[in-house]
Amino acid sequence: MGRRRFSECGNLKQSYEEELTLFGTDFGRYWSVVGLAMLLGLVPLASSPYVLYILNTIGIYAIAALGLNLLIGFTGQISLGHGAFFGVGAYAAAVLTTKVGCPYWAALPLAGLVTATVGMVFGVPSVRLKHLYLTIATLAGQFIIEYILVQWDGLTGGAEGILVGSSSIFGISLGSDRAFYYLIFISLILLTWILSNLMRTRFGRAFVAIRDNDRAAEGMGIALFKFKLLSFGISSFYAGYAGALFAGYMLTITPEPFNMWLSIEFIAMIIIGGLGNISGAVFGTVFIVLLGETLSTITEFIMNYGPTSGFSITIAPLREFIFGLSIVLFIMFEPKGLAEVWRIVRSNFRLWPFSY
Amino acid sequence: MEFFLHLLLNGLSLGFLYALSALGFVMIYKSSSVLNFAHGELLAIGAFLFLLLSTWAKLPIPLAFVLTLAGSFILGFIVERLFLRRMIGEDLIQVIMLTVGLAAMFKGLMLFIFGGDIHQYPKFLPESLNLHIGIIQVPSVYVATFIIGILFLVVFGLFFKYSTQGIYMRSVADNQPAALSLGVHVQRVFALSWAIAALVAAMSGIVLGVLNGINVHELSAIGLKVFPVVILGGLDSIAGAIVGGVIIGMLETFTGGYLSTSLREIIPYIVLVVILMVKPYGLFGIKEIERV
Repeated sequence: MGRRRFSECGNLKQSYEEELTLFGTDFGRYWSVVGLAMLLGLVPLASSPYVLYILNTIGIYAIAALGLNLLIGFTGQISLGHGAFFGVGAYAAAVLTTKVGCPYWAALPLAGLVTATVGMVFGVPSVRLKHLYLTIATLAGQFIIEYILVQWDGLTGGAEGILVGSSSIFGISLGSDRAFYYLIFISLILLTWILSNLMRTRFGRAFVAIRDNDRAAEGMGIALFKFKLLSFGISSFYAGYAGALFAGYMLTITPEPFNMWLSIEFIAMIIIGGLGNISGAVFGTVFIVLLGETLSTITEFIMNYGPTSGFSITIAPLREFIFGLSIVLFIMFEPKGLAEVWRIVRSNFRLWPFSY
Repeated sequence: MEFFLHLLLNGLSLGFLYALSALGFVMIYKSSSVLNFAHGELLAIGAFLFLLLSTWAKLPIPLAFVLTLAGSFILGFIVERLFLRRMIGEDLIQVIMLTVGLAAMFKGLMLFIFGGDIHQYPKFLPESLNLHIGIIQVPSVYVATFIIGILFLVVFGLFFKYSTQGIYMRSVADNQPAALSLGVHVQRVFALSWAIAALVAAMSGIVLGVLNGINVHELSAIGLKVFPVVILGGLDSIAGAIVGGVIIGMLETFTGGYLSTSLREIIPYIVLVVILMVKPYGLFGIKEIERV
């Protein structure tokens, strides 16, 4: 063990290894250990069931948003079908546990693999299509998958959906919010760790090269199709895994939540959080989920508050308005997202009082 | 045979409506390369503006019609000025998500004001527009749709071919830097194309409202139906939008009539995927040659 370093005083890197480290200083490393300890030790014990429910929702969506960020933020391939991929994962897990009799712990990665396969099928158009043509192709994928989920009665139970029931892992029941919290957040931490390390490998660099200039990337010997497909696969794996967690957590699933609106929410998460930034996906998810919860709390309050209770029905659509407004404002005024805001705040503290 | 003719007629009128809706979409894409996800909402805004003016303000129908078109024109202008102008040169995903955000805003606002119910216009089409062709009776709405559709297409054809602004718009669409260097005010062209697109959208919104009743959800869903139409026809081709619209409209009604009603909603998207795989630039689109 070398000398501990707590703050950087300039860019003094001497090798590529130093450039690639996840934590530039020991400061960040220690704080993340403290943060993880709080996340897994303190938070679940101190939170009420409602807070745990919100945290679990954030965790599930954050996993899917991480995957989407790999695809859009790092590889530059826009997908409007991630809501449907999330649904494929949920249905795969539900079918695997109820009809095949597969244990839940195995159903999670298997659902991810099934979704990865589906995602790669819908990623095939990326051979020929770029930019908005690809966007529209994935949009079509979204509608087609939705249709299949509703119409394939034998497998998906049609509009009534599937009753998953409460699951357990290695004999530990996942019936409570707290037990599920551990499953979700351990998965989230692992998957974040995998993704941040993936971005340091030759695969990660290939993805970024494709995003920045696909022709140059091809010229440098990166097999475009292979890597685009791989990106679609990994990203859908994340979405499918998150979907499988969702299925286990919600106990029943219907095709309804996996519509285009969900895809849009996923993209909103990574745009508001910060494209091409791993922590950004988490920031954005927190923002969107909290925004949704705050708005519905306010709606509920107005509905139950005596003098304004007649308002109830008309106030609900304002949620959609505010959601749209926040997307528009972020894109216009902080296109790099919350991750950038966080970076600026942090460096202001770090460089104070010489913050120029 | 009667069933077939009936479907044919339905398909044609639906196709014309799709074509009319796609027209505004293509106009925006052609001049500023923006994929407008808020197009369905522009449609709905036009329809509701007309409802507001004709039923609630009780203006005479022609005046309400003209005012609606003028209002949408101004709205298109404002949207471009406030939101889209800042986005020139930004990443595709940012621009797309901006229009998605705008769509959510418009939709939320309209649901807030008008609610999710179906509204109806007062009957204003003269009965004399009803046509009888052999055994088939054509309702006046369809006749009006055809007339308006053809009128608009001719007017726009002439506008693009002969008017100065139309020529500016084509030049920007063709080669933006060249147009800029020849003194075309590119930003004004963008603003104009948004304004015209909103106007055409309002137009098709009104016709759709007369046909099916005015409902926020249904009208804004048309905005997504536009994608198969424009991809089939070629994203940057006005003639393509019309041909694509008619083909998709017919396909939908025939699938609904002969195969299954649930397949009807999805068939345009299946066609869309096939077209994208086989001929990504559509029937009439301009090929951008780039080999990677």
